[in-house]
Amino acid sequence: MLTFIAKRLLQSILVMLTVALIAFSLFRYVGDPINNMVGQDTSLEERVELKQRLGLNDSFLVQFTRFAGNAARGNFGFSYQHRRPVSDLIAERLPATLELSIVSAFLAMAIGLPMGVYTAIRRNSWLAHSFMTLSLVGISLPTFLIGILLILVFGVMLRWLPTFGRGDVVQLGWWSTGLLTASGLKSLIMPSITLALFQMTLIMRLVRSEMLEVLRTDFVKFARARGLAERYVNFVVALKNTMVPVITITGLQLGSIIAFAIITESVFQWPGMGLLFIQAVGNVDIPIMAAYLVLIAFFFVVINLIVDMLYVVVDPRLRVDSAGGH
Amino acid sequence: MIGKTLKALLVGTTVLAGASAAQAETFRWAFQGDAQTLDPHGLFETFTLGFQGNIYEGLVKRDDTMTMVGALAESWENIEPTVWRFKLRPGVKFHNGNDFTAEDVVFSVNRLNTEGSDMKVISTLIKEAKVVDDLTVDIITPAPNPILPNQFEIFYIMDKQWAEENNTTEATNVKGGDEGNYSNLNANGTGPFIVKSRQTGVKTVLTRNPDYWDKDMRSNVTEAIFTPIAQDATRVAALLSGNVDLAYPVPVQDWGRLESAEGVKPLTGPEARTIFLGFDQLRDELTASNIKGKNPFKDVRVRKAFFQAINIDAIKEKVMRGASTPAGLMAAPQINGYTEAMNDRLPYDEEAAKKLMAEAGYADGFEVTMDCPNDRYVNDEKICQAAAAMLARINVKVDLLAQTKSKYFGKVLAQNGYDTSFFLLGWTPSTFDSHNVISSLIACRGGEDNVGSFNLGGYCNPKINELTLKIQSETDQTKRQAMIDEVFQIHKDEVGHIPLHQQPLSWGVSDKVEVVQRPDNQFDLRYAVVKK
Amino acid sequence: MSDTTVRNTHKGWLARASDSDLWYSFIRSPVAIVSTIVTLLFFVSAIFANWIAPHNPFDLASISIMDASLPPAWMEGSDPRFWLGTDDQGRDILSTIIYGARISLFVGFAAVIFSMILGIALGLVSGYVGGRLDAFIMRVADIQLSFPAILIALLVDGVARGVLPREMHQDMVFYVLIFAIGISGWVQYARTVRGSTLVEKNKEYVQAARVIGIGPFIILWRHILPNVMGPVLVIATIHLAIAVITEATLSFLGVGVPPTTPSLGTLIRIGNDYLFSGEWWITIFPGIALVLLVLAINLLGDWLRDALNPRLR
Repeated sequence: MLTFIAKRLLQSILVMLTVALIAFSLFRYVGDPINNMVGQDTSLEERVELKQRLGLNDSFLVQFTRFAGNAARGNFGFSYQHRRPVSDLIAERLPATLELSIVSAFLAMAIGLPMGVYTAIRRNSWLAHSFMTLSLVGISLPTFLIGILLILVFGVMLRWLPTFGRGDVVQLGWWSTGLLTASGLKSLIMPSITLALFQMTLIMRLVRSEMLEVLRTDFVKFARARGLAERYVNFVVALKNTMVPVITITGLQLGSIIAFAIITESVFQWPGMGLLFIQAVGNVDIPIMAAYLVLIAFFFVVINLIVDMLYVVVDPRLRVDSAGGH
Repeated sequence: MIGKTLKALLVGTTVLAGASAAQAETFRWAFQGDAQTLDPHGLFETFTLGFQGNIYEGLVKRDDTMTMVGALAESWENIEPTVWRFKLRPGVKFHNGNDFTAEDVVFSVNRLNTEGSDMKVISTLIKEAKVVDDLTVDIITPAPNPILPNQFEIFYIMDKQWAEENNTTEATNVKGGDEGNYSNLNANGTGPFIVKSRQTGVKTVLTRNPDYWDKDMRSNVTEAIFTPIAQDATRVAALLSGNVDLAYPVPVQDWGRLESAEGVKPLTGPEARTIFLGFDQLRDELTASNIKGKNPFKDVRVRKAFFQAINIDAIKEKVMRGASTPAGLMAAPQINGYTEAMNDRLPYDEEAAKKLMAEAGYADGFEVTMDCPNDRYVNDEKICQAAAAMLARINVKVDLLAQTKSKYFGKVLAQNGYDTSFFLLGWTPSTFDSHNVISSLIACRGGEDNVGSFNLGGYCNPKINELTLKIQSETDQTKRQAMIDEVFQIHKDEVGHIPLHQQPLSWGVSDKVEVVQRPDNQFDLRYAVVKK
Repeated sequence: MSDTTVRNTHKGWLARASDSDLWYSFIRSPVAIVSTIVTLLFFVSAIFANWIAPHNPFDLASISIMDASLPPAWMEGSDPRFWLGTDDQGRDILSTIIYGARISLFVGFAAVIFSMILGIALGLVSGYVGGRLDAFIMRVADIQLSFPAILIALLVDGVARGVLPREMHQDMVFYVLIFAIGISGWVQYARTVRGSTLVEKNKEYVQAARVIGIGPFIILWRHILPNVMGPVLVIATIHLAIAVITEATLSFLGVGVPPTTPSLGTLIRIGNDYLFSGEWWITIFPGIALVLLVLAINLLGDWLRDALNPRLR
């Protein structure tokens, strides 16, 4: 197990390096950062000189090596737009994104899982059908539209909830949290629902589909035949066996929630990393883009590692596998 | 345990809120982006400088009627053709309590010239700054410059001692060091507001400077909270829901909504920015067209046909919701050198346009790609779309390439070799003078005289370059105006560009506050009043 | 299961289809019938848009900005020529929906099929072969997943513009979109298929098949693939919705289809700017169309999954 983890961690460094490499080879197609960094009256010579000073005329390999070398020493460079070290910016924005993502993931699980189980067990009831249909409506609209509609109804018309930002935050060391103030919690409601909606549908449908499969297996039939309580069969025997694919997807979704937060954050002006990133794309702030991508890669690698380890815990048959393969 | 902490924190915040509510007049506003730096010499950009203007001050400033008045200088005079003498205001203190003196002015002039400075346009106006006494400074210019004080509005003064103590004697460099420049996140000006906290791109909180020298300042604001909100809809929603008191820009199509909504209203006015179309008239073959071996835009009849195919009134009514001012000149009415009599346009006439196209040998039209930004000007992409549809009627097939501003400018500007055949651009001359319009947009580019750097289409008439030089040095206003008129007339006759309109300023304001909207789209907290 | 296959091989496909269990289950499910009709309706009108739509919104010469922002026919100030009103450029909303659905369906389907094939193939191989190959594919998947779909699309679009000659840009924009959206989706399939493959391949029937000397391709195709199709179909149906919506989001970010030839998603994005100003029809009608389309496809997918799954009958 330990060598397994060590190996995966080693691989993860490779993954992050590759992500950075690909990112750098593509950055020059994203646009020209210079025009956003100077005023309209700045002369062409000064613009050219600035580009030279920033090292943007170097080949991407040189730029990449420089980035990787600095990153290895924990230096992610200097944002063009904010004129601050990127690591400071990310540390400042990380809590907002993580709080939003985790609350959303929790919402998605807390609602999606029971709904999935219910729609599987009572799969022909009208309630199950309406769950299935309603959940689809929610994902048939682009996130930005759902967000705007929520803002329009609950923010502008009813004035129940704040329309943007995080509200008041409390500083706990370097971590800023909105979970401890009333306005922070209120601000979290609309963005987290917007972000969770999609994952919720996915989890619900996946749980239902897996559950239906499992309920038909001899294994469960046998459990029933043994006279175990229906509730026990459904929630312990069956649910446990649906967990492998559910864990896969949910785990992966946690990562993509963080990535998908980009749109939600920009609709709600949520001051997280996604907003930082999308504005960096708009301004071609290459150091932020690079650091963000590497960080997201890191999250994914860690999440994947945890998912794979959970596999082993949930399904003991895989234990043999992780050691050798074929 | 956690419950206790929570309770303590909640109590803490309520007490604070209660205390501040009694005396505070809080003003909250939102713009589409953030001030990119607090360093007054770091970036020559309208919003950034305008925002800093609440914290820092220059020797002079514009008041609510755009009149130049003294700020840190009480008076100034041109004692010699190349020497301006500024008498400084006595008793002014920086936020940290340091006295404001002539040394600070000289220091700031020198700081303009450091590597990171984006204010070199200002520093080229100055040859040297000399301390005469504690409250007198001489500015020596390289050549006689009768309008120097006018150009000093956005040249802000920084405290020398503070800068030295905090190792920020050089302007914030985009390239940066490991830590960044102190003045990028911290400020110490003489202005009416002090930076209390700042999180870049998220929120900046300002508090009133109790020792501000101008005791007659109109504003009663004690705390001002600024939030950048990038998305139009989110920004408008923030205003409608009462979460901010001022939001700008707001989309022109939302004016109706703001008018009918309770407690808010749109605040509008003409902006000095002219939006226009341009075509590549320099290359022998267009880079993005199906016509090979020749360039249809070299033919003035084609350019004229394009002009006459554009129904500017339809764009005004439908795209701009009646809020634009159709333009015949490349300079707006607010710009020095503008002549009302010359602001007429070639009439919209589809038949005449078709005839011109046929005469030029393009009765069946041609294809051309149009470059257009989609997040830079008011409804920019929609204007391009409407223009494409209008041109389709004279058989020109426009492939619209609408991109975000970084991609758009990265493609069409000088650094990329002016890679465009047909484009939409907007321009506000930073000096508010026609000379800037002519030398940036109309004069032939690529010559020794370093003009025409934003003449993306390469329109060229050497006569104009001659006139540009003369306009620059001419001090007789009548002669100068005649030359400006001559340039504009040549440019009109040759259809060098197609001016479209001046776009409107578009703000949304809560009824709870009163603000002054400046024609350069600046917001000054000095004139913001929270109603009781 | 293999019994059925053998029995049916001697008949024609039509006969096979009509007396198959699938058909039987289909005619007994009203949901399946209704969603098939809706889906077909979309397909037919998309394919025959030129004949069905009252106007051609892509023909710039035929639209007039003076018709812009007219409300639907039953409201005051409307024009009877435009049943569902017009958008900000004066295009007929109904026609734009029909033409837009064509683009959305084309891009969406092609992207889903592209990533499904890629994802299933890699997932099966990865799960079945295991070892270094598995580790490699899964690491590639990690890299891939690290890039949000939107960013991949942005980058693919950028590279395409850089690499392809200029004249091809307009023609290539759809293929670039399909590739961009498709390439960002395969990991979901691959991870799921791999997970199920890992479970399936240790089951007795697969091991038995291997023992009697059946080749790996046959085993993958005949025995493992059918058993992993359940979750794949769930993902695919939802992925179609994602693909259509990603395409809309891309146009939100300025790299989707050009606004002169809008897709359903682009239309919603355009209408988004007019939600506050009261011109709701620009965004709501295309929104309803998109919901109907995605809903129908998903319900069809749900039914298909249940019907295809022998253990659920």
